[in-house]
Amino acid sequence: MKHPYAIALDVGTSKLNHTGSWRTQRPEYVDRLPPCNAACPAGEDIQGWLSHAEAGEYEDAWRALTANNPLPAVMGRVCYHPCETACNRAQIDEAVGINSVERFLGDVAIAKGWAFDKPKSETGKRVLIVGAGPAGLSAAYHLRRLGHGVTIREAGPLAGGMMRFGIPKYRLPRDVLDAEVGRIVEMGVELVLNSKVDDIEAAMREGRYDASFLAVGAHIARRAYIPAGGAAKILDAVSLLRSMEGEGPPLLGRRVVIYGGGNTALDAARTARRLGASEAIIVYRRTREKMPAHDFELEEALQEGVSMKWLSTIKSVEGGSMTIEKMKLDETGFPQPTGEFETLEADSLVLALGQDVDLSLLEHAPGIVIENGVVKVGTDMMTGRSGVFAGGDMAPSERTVTVAVGHGKKAARCVDGYLSGRAYTPPHKHALASFDRLNTWYYEDAPATVRPVLEAVRRVENFEEVVSGLDETNALYEARRCLSCGNCFECDNCYGVCPDNAVVKLGPGKRFKFDYDYCKGCGLCAAECPCGAIEMVAEAI
Amino acid sequence: MNEVQKLKFYQKGTLTVGNRLIDERERNVQASLDRSNSLTSGHRACQGCGEALGARYAIDAAMRATNRNLIAVNATGCLEVFTTPYPETSWQIPWMHSLFGNAAAVATGVAAAMRVLGRAETRVVAQGGDGGTTDIGFGCLSGMFERNDDVLYICYDNEGYMNTGVQRSSATPPAARTATTPAMGKEAGNVFGTGKFTPKIAVAHEIPYAATASVADLHDLEAKVTKAMGLRGARYIQINVPCPLGWGAASQDTIKLARLAIETGLYPIFEAENGYVTRVRKIRRPTPVAEYLKLQRRFAHLFRDGVEDPRVAKLQAIADRHIKDYGLLEEAA
Repeated sequence: MKHPYAIALDVGTSKLNHTGSWRTQRPEYVDRLPPCNAACPAGEDIQGWLSHAEAGEYEDAWRALTANNPLPAVMGRVCYHPCETACNRAQIDEAVGINSVERFLGDVAIAKGWAFDKPKSETGKRVLIVGAGPAGLSAAYHLRRLGHGVTIREAGPLAGGMMRFGIPKYRLPRDVLDAEVGRIVEMGVELVLNSKVDDIEAAMREGRYDASFLAVGAHIARRAYIPAGGAAKILDAVSLLRSMEGEGPPLLGRRVVIYGGGNTALDAARTARRLGASEAIIVYRRTREKMPAHDFELEEALQEGVSMKWLSTIKSVEGGSMTIEKMKLDETGFPQPTGEFETLEADSLVLALGQDVDLSLLEHAPGIVIENGVVKVGTDMMTGRSGVFAGGDMAPSERTVTVAVGHGKKAARCVDGYLSGRAYTPPHKHALASFDRLNTWYYEDAPATVRPVLEAVRRVENFEEVVSGLDETNALYEARRCLSCGNCFECDNCYGVCPDNAVVKLGPGKRFKFDYDYCKGCGLCAAECPCGAIEMVAEAI
Repeated sequence: MNEVQKLKFYQKGTLTVGNRLIDERERNVQASLDRSNSLTSGHRACQGCGEALGARYAIDAAMRATNRNLIAVNATGCLEVFTTPYPETSWQIPWMHSLFGNAAAVATGVAAAMRVLGRAETRVVAQGGDGGTTDIGFGCLSGMFERNDDVLYICYDNEGYMNTGVQRSSATPPAARTATTPAMGKEAGNVFGTGKFTPKIAVAHEIPYAATASVADLHDLEAKVTKAMGLRGARYIQINVPCPLGWGAASQDTIKLARLAIETGLYPIFEAENGYVTRVRKIRRPTPVAEYLKLQRRFAHLFRDGVEDPRVAKLQAIADRHIKDYGLLEEAA
């Protein structure tokens, strides 16, 4: 090449200069476990489905959600959302309203009639599930997805278990429950109602099942010995709530006392108010701080005119009145009697002192161990009897719908492992995406959308749903409040802020990669990554 | 998706470089797969160089705004030296360098040549550091302004002569330690009451467009360059580009420092048209200046032995004055 005057060399490119050799530390893309996912008892990939929802891809979001939990519309109403308690956004303004977006997706799915895919092939294996509550339905769904034949035997006249017979309508409308149960049955699940399993061994043998999953709910009310006169009207909360499903509600009178401090006590009190009781008084032996019920439920109950009598126990009941003993907490926080008594007028007493599971079906099953009223299971949810798995209220854990759904999923995977002879090993979990790893500058300020709560006065009149849902615009807004903690959401920050063009953008959905030929290891990409998905790692020198 | 577009609220995409939720054409130039990378890899700038970053941000935006019909003229300085060790170049656009102080004059000549050749659609950018702009090239710059020559002059302000070993320039802030203003004696560092703020002088020339920008706010920077390229006549943009070497800061803190410079009020971000300030960028999270100063060794003498030097308060007063003069705080609702 002929050069102009005073020019001796061709123009070269700086790309010949591999500045990557300057580096003492290198950036690496990582994925971390978002705290919401870590906290979800049902093992949902919350961040994953929120990322679809925030793009307005509701069906994709719903499909991603139901990959783990087949009951989003139910869950969006009754879950106590530990995900929101764990949400990192709470440290910026307020937690993302995950539960309300979940409910929105569940409701859209029902309105649009989205259905689950049927399994592509059948394994020929058959599994018996005992109980059509959340654990049983969840297991049935996951087993069907894996191609196994599933029969659910339910003792009651309708499917749903505690979701139907324990949770009042004002928290979970029955058409929602029916729609989500129906969608699972449509996958080819055989649901046999009014069919109590009395002996699991016999049922397995007669039906020639390859495995079974026991998911019997805690339907038996615990009693306490309270001396009672002849005219006293005493009933338990479980039967009260159950009787709301068709049997015809009992006559409670004008003044109702509920004994206990759990969520069931609150449900019973709120139900009593709706049945016309002018006063519903909860008697609990400890204090508000010690109450096992969730505080937001107590708050809703108080707004509805339910009153509380803390630090009190019921000593005896005589026709129209009862004797209460005042308690005080000792230094260990345990209530001790004071010897002070008072009289409380009441037309009826509802006991909400906890529930037990009817375990009589296990009497003839060898190897099954029962401890503290629940069945002992291994990490694979299997009981001491090979091929018999158990979960939900029957297994030791917190008794919530979400935990039950999680048990169902886990059990289904372990049953599948048992049936295929390849034991299920849970996938490796990433390290937690903690708040300190975020660069919150990049998140716009955005307070949470608050779900409208029915006027307290209006709602005690009837069993209308208390908390209503989001519509499309505010659900989208809420979904977009997600910070995507610990996982790249393709914001292009690393691609933008690299002074050396050493970040290669791979296109939508494909994220980025580093060009280590030129990356000098300055660390700007890691510092400016909003969600902490880049880590600086020392180079071996 | 129309509803989504109308909502216009993206908690995760409003402030980031890109945003997967909006249309490709509405995204920043820096988010696009086909950005021109006018200043490409292999250059010899230090790790975390704010100037290399600022130059790519600005020139890529100018390239898009002119349909890639752009010539750049460069003053002497870091930007020239680290991009063009003969015969290599990192520039992927027509680029020329003449002397330290004459970039504005050379660019004026290039623009005139293009006009004479009937190629006025080819646009011209001049660029340099604060030394080549506010000190050595100041006469040429002022001439370019007063003649209203059709050039966008971009000054990458890293507050000193970093290329030659961190000497003081007229853009070095008070109290900062440089090689020529050592951290010694009673009034260590650069002297209070010296220096100048060239954007204000540009505004005083009543040129069509003058603005400040920062590598910490890409949206604002790209919008300003795009706006400037949509105008004819003399235009000036000064971009705050932290220098990890000269400021004694960690390489990963470059953008953080630029952000703090804005949020403390030390570096007011505004734009002016024909002699009037027309828009200012409001502070989002008000921050005391000490937070900005403590990250830089050039200010370390202000915090020696855990005692805050009274001059920190003087620097805070400068920031407060900017906040008041430019109206940098949101009015209380």
